[in-house]
Amino acid sequence: MKKFVIASLVTLIAGAASAQEVKHPDPAGLDEVIKSSFSKMPKGWESRFVQDETQHICSVYHDNPPSAEMDKIQKAETAKIKLPADGKVIGDWKAGEKIAYSGKGGRIKDKPGTVNGGNCYACHQIDPKEITYGTLGPSLAGYGRIRNYSAEDAKTAFTKIYDSKATVACSAMPRFGASGFLSEQQIKDVVAYLFDPASPVNKK
Amino acid sequence: MRTKSIVIATMAAFSLFAGMAAFTLKGSAAENNEKEVERYRQMLDDPFANPGFLNVERGEQLWHLKRGTKNVSLESCDLGEGPGILKGAYAHLPRYFADAGKVMDLEQRLLWCMDKVQGLDIKPIMAKAFAKPGQTSDMEDLVAFIANKSNGVKISLPLSNPKEKEAYAIGEALFFRRSSLMDFSCATCHGQEGKRIRLQNLPDLATPNPTAIATMVSHPAYRASESELRTMQNRLDGCYKQMRLPAPNYASDANTDLILYMTKQAEGGAIHTPGMKR
Ligand code: HEC
Ligand code: HEC
Repeated sequence: MKKFVIASLVTLIAGAASAQEVKHPDPAGLDEVIKSSFSKMPKGWESRFVQDETQHICSVYHDNPPSAEMDKIQKAETAKIKLPADGKVIGDWKAGEKIAYSGKGGRIKDKPGTVNGGNCYACHQIDPKEITYGTLGPSLAGYGRIRNYSAEDAKTAFTKIYDSKATVACSAMPRFGASGFLSEQQIKDVVAYLFDPASPVNKK
Repeated sequence: MRTKSIVIATMAAFSLFAGMAAFTLKGSAAENNEKEVERYRQMLDDPFANPGFLNVERGEQLWHLKRGTKNVSLESCDLGEGPGILKGAYAHLPRYFADAGKVMDLEQRLLWCMDKVQGLDIKPIMAKAFAKPGQTSDMEDLVAFIANKSNGVKISLPLSNPKEKEAYAIGEALFFRRSSLMDFSCATCHGQEGKRIRLQNLPDLATPNPTAIATMVSHPAYRASESELRTMQNRLDGCYKQMRLPAPNYASDANTDLILYMTKQAEGGAIHTPGMKR
């Protein structure tokens, strides 16, 4: 018998917001239902159900926390951002393109060693010629061109991709760098895809 | 033989239908689309165009089949409306069952009846809950038959039992619960109207609205991409995969609570099954 331990998921992060104030506190029994309903999983996956404080606050406020909670999240997430040591945020746009259009990695059937993708196009228009994009996030077509390829804006984009929640507390966008899902080099490559004048993103 | 090609040819109509649910159409394009939607509706109800009716037929036979240690059929199974009463049952599930002491969706309830009423070994049935080429699923077939018997009946979940309110609260919490590598919750993708992931329109399942109704009244549905009829249990596995989580156990309480939460957002919608999906 594989013993499944998400020992008291909720109490682990208790203190994030007390049950008194939150709008939608975790109901009694939630823990138990998660534990009994996901009892057949590969070793090591249990931790994916354990929330960090940011995830917990966003959940109990249905993604719309009061401003004090938002500030708290944004501060904590900002502290997680690591800018590249050499100060360069722009990598190789061709490598970035592959990352932007790959939804691989982290899924139950992915083989070990799978290179994670950013799946950016699932939520954003990026290459104006590609039509199969989603609309959960804003269009990024012409992103660098519109910003005159500003070095400052490229750095802002790097931090957005590294940790979306540093500026939008309960953003739908993953925290690619802070979670370790994409490497620093991969994020640089994606920034290049947005900011290199030669990238299809910036062609009309 | 119901051929797949007929189904593929109707894919355009499906996406239009999905689009209809999400966007308001204007002018003559709307008239064209309305014709397409009408065509889609007719196909839905045509056993020769909608392969889901094969499952309905097989499910009907299974319902009447004597099996298990007690060698009885499911005909005396109480799906909530009284023993053997099928009409309306699916429109009022998940609900609390006093004999089991818990809130159950249709699949949990069927398994309960197989076990308690028929004395069937449900383990192999659960292991084959999702059909694959060369192997049908008793569960998918039975759900197809039973849901179809509620066609035209409006979804109504009064949540009058405290256990139902509890299950709703847990379903809601699961729906908004962010976790795993991407910070996704169900609400990340199904919390607003008019959005899409890649080219797929995303229903808003967080509040009562027409897209929630269109979704919940049309399951179980024939999935053209899988060439099988699928119930909500199977759909949720796919969404959990996108969330970078493992699939929930078949007929688990997490699924029942989520299904209860989403079905409540579709209150008042008339069941129309089997649906047809991409
Ligand atoms: C699940 C959806 C989702 C995915 C996947 C996603 N994003 Fe986002 N993104 C959003 C949303 C929603 C916003 C707006 C809210 C915000 O700024 O956090 C956003 C905002 C942004 C912005 C800021 C746009 C502005 O306002 O100037 C950038 C840049 C961006 N995303 C880049 C990316 C890149 C690059 C990837 C892939 C590595 C990616 N996103 C993946 C949803 C997503
Ligand atoms: C990363 C995005 C994402 C997340 C997170 C997600 N879904 Fe989905 N969901 C989708 C997509 C894409 C579809 C397919 C739409 C299509 O094929 O047209 C879908 C389809 C569905 C459908 C069927 C819609 C229909 O009309 O048939 C239901 C029900 C559903 N999801 C529920 C959930 C639940 C419950 C959760 C959380 C446990 C969840 N989803 C999480 C993206 C997501």
